Amino acid sequence: MSRLAPEGGSAKRRQHATVCAALGDETRLSLVTALSAGEPRSIAQLTGGSRMTRQAITKHLRVLESAGIVHSVRSGRESRFAFDPAPLNELKDYLARVSEQWDQVLGRLKSLVEG
Amino acid sequence: MQNQIEKRIEIKASVSRVWRALTDYREFGAWFRVEVEGPFVAGQPACGQITYPGYEHLRWQAVIQKIEPERLFSFTWHPYAIDPKKDYSQEPPTLVEFRLEPTASGGTLLLLTESGFARLPADRGPEALRMNDSGWSTQLQNIAGHVAARS
Repeated sequence: MSRLAPEGGSAKRRQHATVCAALGDETRLSLVTALSAGEPRSIAQLTGGSRMTRQAITKHLRVLESAGIVHSVRSGRESRFAFDPAPLNELKDYLARVSEQWDQVLGRLKSLVEG
Repeated sequence: MQNQIEKRIEIKASVSRVWRALTDYREFGAWFRVEVEGPFVAGQPACGQITYPGYEHLRWQAVIQKIEPERLFSFTWHPYAIDPKKDYSQEPPTLVEFRLEPTASGGTLLLLTESGFARLPADRGPEALRMNDSGWSTQLQNIAGHVAARS
């Protein structure tokens, strides 16, 4: 019940799950950190300073991209990756709604027991 | 805003009364709006038809985790499970915990937490999902600083 806000369909909820899963990894979290600081960056820039291979970084970037947290922009011969805050803001809104729904559910419990 | 939702509510009823409303499957169903099909057993799945108006076609499914009398009741479930045709069993569930404490006035303090919305590294998950007006950039930089300071 408490997950059943009419706003957003199953597609939205699938997206929240994907966003959560994408964030659930230290490497990806650090990539998001790096990208959220500003300019789009190339894979080479993102690989520099890390102990991971280019392939590994690319794989993580694709996971973030499929969740919509980053998107790639073609720049000449290379791709650059940019941070997109929209999915995280939606997740934040979702959690706010979940929170409100719990208020309603617990309100019903309270009325039942006190009544 | 965190990776966990927390609620506190004071109820003017004894702990044993609230405990019964939480863990008796029929009483639980009345306020949670689901027709639970049988008693709750720790470690066992629980399910039933949702009775919330407009959502009666959906089923509620959870796995009961802990039943510690008059203290803790918890279950896991899938917070995004809204498509009746999809199997959510492979996705990470969230954990819902109800904790009860007696108050000085003879009532009950109910603490609810729902956690696990994102599988973030345990030691900094909450920070990673903490959001405010200063935006993600600042928050994530804070995390980065925190990580750097430790390594």
